[in-house]
Order: sequence, then C-alpha cells, then structure tokens
Amino acid sequence: MSQLVYLVPLLPLAGFLINGLLRKSLSKQAVSIIGCGVILIAFLISLGLFFQVKANGPIIQTYFNFIDIKGLNIPFSFQVDALSVLFMLIITGVGFLIHVYSTSYMHEESTPHFARYFSFLNLFVFSMLLLVMGGNYLILFLGWEGVGLCSYLLIGYWFKNTDYNYAAKKAFIMNRIGDVGFLLGIFWLVAKLGTLTYGNVFAAAGNLSAVDVTGITILLFIGATGKSAQIPLYTWLPDAMAGPTPVSALIHAATMVTAGVYMIARSNILYSMSAVTENVIAIIGIATVLLAATIAIKQNDIKKVLAYSTVSQLGYMFLGLGVGAYNGAVFHVMTHAFFKALLFLGAGSVIHAMGNEQDIRKMGGLRKYMPVTHITFLLGCLAISGIPPFSGFFSKDEILAAAYAKNPVLWVLGVAGAALTAFYMFRLYATTFLGSFRGTHDQEHHLHESPAAITLPLIALAILSVIGGWIGIPAVMIPDANAFHHFLQPVITTEAIAEMPHATEWLLMVVSVAVAVIAILIALGKFTKRPELNEPQGLGGFLAHKWYIDELYDAVIVNPLNALAGFFKNIIEKSGIDGIVNGVGRFILYSSRQVRLVQSGQVGSYILFMVLAIIVLVLIWINDGYIYTYLSKIF
Amino acid sequence: MPIQYYIYLSLALFCIGIAGVLTRRNAIIIFMSVELMLNAVNLLLVAFSKMHHAVATAVDKVNNVGTDGQIFVFFVMVVAAAEVSVGLAIIVMMYRNAHSVDVNFLNRLKN
Repeated sequence: MSQLVYLVPLLPLAGFLINGLLRKSLSKQAVSIIGCGVILIAFLISLGLFFQVKANGPIIQTYFNFIDIKGLNIPFSFQVDALSVLFMLIITGVGFLIHVYSTSYMHEESTPHFARYFSFLNLFVFSMLLLVMGGNYLILFLGWEGVGLCSYLLIGYWFKNTDYNYAAKKAFIMNRIGDVGFLLGIFWLVAKLGTLTYGNVFAAAGNLSAVDVTGITILLFIGATGKSAQIPLYTWLPDAMAGPTPVSALIHAATMVTAGVYMIARSNILYSMSAVTENVIAIIGIATVLLAATIAIKQNDIKKVLAYSTVSQLGYMFLGLGVGAYNGAVFHVMTHAFFKALLFLGAGSVIHAMGNEQDIRKMGGLRKYMPVTHITFLLGCLAISGIPPFSGFFSKDEILAAAYAKNPVLWVLGVAGAALTAFYMFRLYATTFLGSFRGTHDQEHHLHESPAAITLPLIALAILSVIGGWIGIPAVMIPDANAFHHFLQPVITTEAIAEMPHATEWLLMVVSVAVAVIAILIALGKFTKRPELNEPQGLGGFLAHKWYIDELYDAVIVNPLNALAGFFKNIIEKSGIDGIVNGVGRFILYSSRQVRLVQSGQVGSYILFMVLAIIVLVLIWINDGYIYTYLSKIF
Repeated sequence: MPIQYYIYLSLALFCIGIAGVLTRRNAIIIFMSVELMLNAVNLLLVAFSKMHHAVATAVDKVNNVGTDGQIFVFFVMVVAAAEVSVGLAIIVMMYRNAHSVDVNFLNRLKN
C-alpha cells in the first residue's frame, strides 16, 4: 500500500490535466466520470493507507531532492501519518461526494465550462492533498499556494460577472497577505534550524530560543488567519460565496479553510512551546466566533449565513488550538466538514430549486416541496448547534471543556457563541423551510426535489453528520471510548488539558446543550410565523452591515492604497517617467531639425566643409608634432 | 635647384585648385581645378623622388632609391585620364539634361 502513496495526489492532477486540456472534445458524461473517478480511486487508496497507518504507524516516502544546496536540503517527500491520513479521507471522501453533487448542479453549464469547472475542482483536490501529505513545510506551502489559486479560479468561475471577479481578487489578495507571514515563518525556521522536514524540526525545536519560537509560531499563525478566515483577514470568505455552491461546500467550508488548523495541529510541538502564541490564538479564535456569529444572525442570503457560520466555526477550531485541545480542533474540522458540507449542499439544492434565488426572505415552507433536502438540512442544523448525539456536540464540547480548563471566561464566551450558532441556524432553517411560501407563483410552480446525484450526497453527509461524532465520545460518558484521541496520539504529543472532576464536565455539557436548545426554541418560535422581511434598523442594521468592517478596511487600507497608486500613476508615471522618455524623443527631433540645415544641397558648400575639415585635420596633425617636425627639417 | 621651390610651386598650384573648386560654379572649370590639384601633387611626388634619388646615387651608383615616386606619378596620370573621360561624360549628360553646367542646379537630392 505504501508504494501507492504518490498516486493519491497524482490521480486528481491527472484528472485536472485530462479535463482541462481536452475540455473542448470530451462529453459532459466523460468529464463527470473522469472528474469523480480519480477522486474515488484516491479515496479508496487513502482508505487503504488509513488501515495501514492504524496498524503499522506512519509512512514516509521520499522521492527526490526538491532543493539541495549547501547547508539546506529539502526533499520532496510525503508523510502519511494519523493526522494527514485523516485529512486525506476528509478531502477525498467529502470531495468525492461534492464532485458527484456537482455533476448535477453544474449540468446547465456549456460543456467546455463544465470541463473547466471539474478540472479546477480536481486541481484543488490535488493541491489540498499536497498540503496535507507533504513531509515538510515547503511541500505544505506549495499546496497552500495551490489551494489559494484554485479558490481564486473557482470563486471567479462565472468570470463574466465583475462582482464575482472582485470577490475572487479579494480572496486571493487577503490570502497573499497571510501567505507573506507564513513564508517569513518558514524562512525563520530555515535560518535557525536549517531544515523544514517535520521530524527534524520537531526534534530540534528544543534548541530554539523563546523569542524564536514565538516569532515563528506567530508568523505561521498569520498565514493561518488568511487561509482559515480569522480576524483580521476573514472578510474574503463571505465574499467567496460568489463561486458555485459546491465550491463553497468543498473549498470554503470543508477543506481549504481548515488548512490553517491542520498546519497548527501539525506544528503542535512548536505551538505548545509558546504560551504567548497560544493566548493570541485563543483570543483571536473566540473573537472570531462571536463577531461572525453576530453577523450571521442578520444576514438574509442563505449562503452568506453559512459563510459567517463557517468563519465562526473556524473560530472554535482556533479556540481549541489556542487552549491546547489539538485533538478537539482536528475533531471539529472533521465533524464540521461533514455538517457544513451538508448544509452548503442543501443550500445549493434549495437555490437550484428556487431558480438561483438566494434570499431567504423569498423562500419559506420548502419543507413540503423538498422532503429529502429538508430532513438532511435539519440534521445538519442540529449537528452544528451541538445537540447530542449529533456529531457537532462531541467536537464542540471537547473544545469548550478544554476552554473551561484553561479559563472559564473563554468557556462562557464559547457557550454564548454556541447559543448564537443555534439561533442563526434555526432562524435560517425556519425562514427557509417552515411557514408559508413567499416567492413568486412561477417559482412555486417549479419547486421540486433535486435529482439523485444531489440527494444521495446529502443523505451520505447527513449520516456522517449524525454518527461522525461517535468516534470521539468523551471519557466522562464511556471510559476509553475515544478512538479519535487514540488514533491521533502519535502526532499530537503535546496535548495537556487539566483534568476536571466528572461532575464539572457533566455540568458544562448540560449547560451548553440547554443554552443551545433554548436558542433553538426561541428562533423557531420567532421566525416560523413571522420571518424578518424588513431591513433591520439600529443594532440589527449594524450587524446586517457586518459591523461595517468592509467599509473600515476600505477607508483605512484600500482607499489610501488606491490614492497612492493614483498618485504614482498620474504624477510619477505620467509626468516623471513619461516626461523623461518623451523628452528624449523631443530633444532628438528638435536637434536633428537643426542639424538638417547643414545639408543644403549646394555642392559648393559641401566642398567648402570638406576643405575646412581637411584643414582642421591637418592642424591637428601639426599639433601632434609629427608633420611639423618633418617639415621643419626640410625648411 | 633647392626642393623648397618645388614645394612652394606645388603648394601654390594646389591652393589655386582649391580656390577654383570653391569659388566657381561652372562644372568644367571645377573639373580643371581638380586636375590642377592632381598635378600639383604629381609635381611634388616627382620632386621628392628626384631628391631622394640624388642623395642615394651620391653614395651608390646603381641604387634605384626614389624611382617609385616617379612610377606612382604615371599611375596617377593614367587614373586621371580615365577619370577625365568619365567626368567629362557626366558633364555632357548634365548639360543634356539641365541645359547648363552650373553645379548649383545639382541639388535634386536635397530633402
């Protein structure tokens, strides 16, 4: 099995090349089979690798020297261990379901664009696999950049819409800002340790000074804030909803945005060495949870609600990382991949049925038209709200328990975030699926349940969202039942969470579940009969405008930069650079017009010039003394 | 006869030639002035050659130093004769086309 490791990323790459290069000649059916098939095979190989890793421990495959110069050797290697194989399963498994879903969702596109979509999607899976399978930080960075590129390409998939292009550009630039930090962190590592291979870095981590560790981890974390949409670089993710809905499910919910969590969990040895960084991460995480959750409760675009919900859930993961619950964070990545992909795909199903309508104020009562979508969406909502025994409960509870052990204030804020989560999810659910239909008569006429290619992935993900949490049942419920911790133990060696009395843990669980249930009941009671149809005022308007963060960024960063660029363009470029270039041309033209007067066309004047020139030459010779002395000898 | 006389003479001839070329507009006269300059040079060549030859034979009777200048003059004469034929042909053609031998009419390449 370990000889097949390279096939896992190679197959999606092959799919990308075939679909991309032959997009004009392949039929939609062939594109679908190639696009989904390569991911399915990659998933099966990953499954085989999973059992092998479980039985025999990590596999490290080195293929060739990627960079080999004096004092620095970076091999091109893959490291398949518990953490990466888990991500590989999520990426290829959820990825496969989303590919299948896309074959139906994107079916109205023309064939070349259909193939372009699938080739980008395959390229994304390839880059993401490179990211999680790489055996050192550089391979991780290659994948890191690759997923950023694919995210850009897919957000701007409908490139005829200028707004979508701006959204794609925004995502790319915001990610680049984080990437600079990430790259600087890598350089720092190279400078101090001379290696980027995980094993060597972690073995030598003890040699680093406290300043080095804090600096490196903070810089790497800046990269994570960009990729995983944390404060202050989160504003690209809601705009990224411009892409097709399956893209939002795969890239902007399940996989790419969790790259930062993967990276920090992978580097847990470094992060646990710096208390400063851990505190920064925990504070950023909880702040993101609350900020995004408050925004989500006033959004009316079905995808925007889910986007802010994703930002908020990513905040939970970072809260978990910050309080040292690396297992909990990775666990939440997994369960979140299930239920958030489910919710996005469900939203896609709704949007599809509504004829590309995304405003939930124009929906309502879809329960009786779309039974499968409704049930699966409800299960997803319950999972994200943390209701037992759905998957979100176990992972969120693990993070909250660790937060309590670190600092009860974090726990209180986290529970408040969980209540907001339950509230906005059930506001969304009630407004969309309950009550009566508020759209046009035409839309009502066309309402229908989606085809099997859409409902089957929904059902698969719904099952995973329900049972996915059962592999990580906390010890307080059933001792030694947490298969998840056990599996990740070889990678996450530094998890240290203070033991709590069982009674406390039970109490925390009951309180957080009770808060979530109350929030759900309030939301259902409030929005089933009387959904919010008017533009919110006051505080609600402030939240609906996303705390005016975009406007703030525009005023503080974008507009000054544009003004500076305008200054360089209009003043420096136009008057300075262009002035010099045009001035040279004008000077040559002017001087040549003056010199041209010499060429009069009069033979006599030419001869005169010739004679004068000869006289001048003779005078020069005489001054040289040679002819002069010769002549003076004669006379 | 001292060499200076020859030099003064050929210098005078050469300057007359230059002055003629510069001041006259008639193509034939310019042509004659050019010939005058050529012959000034010829005269100088012969004079120097004779001077060298006289010095050399004073030492060695069979020495032929200085004869090459005189041979050079023959070549110049031959080339000048050929050049005269070409030049006069050009002047004839010029007269046929422009009905004048004034060089100031030859400014068609201007601009």
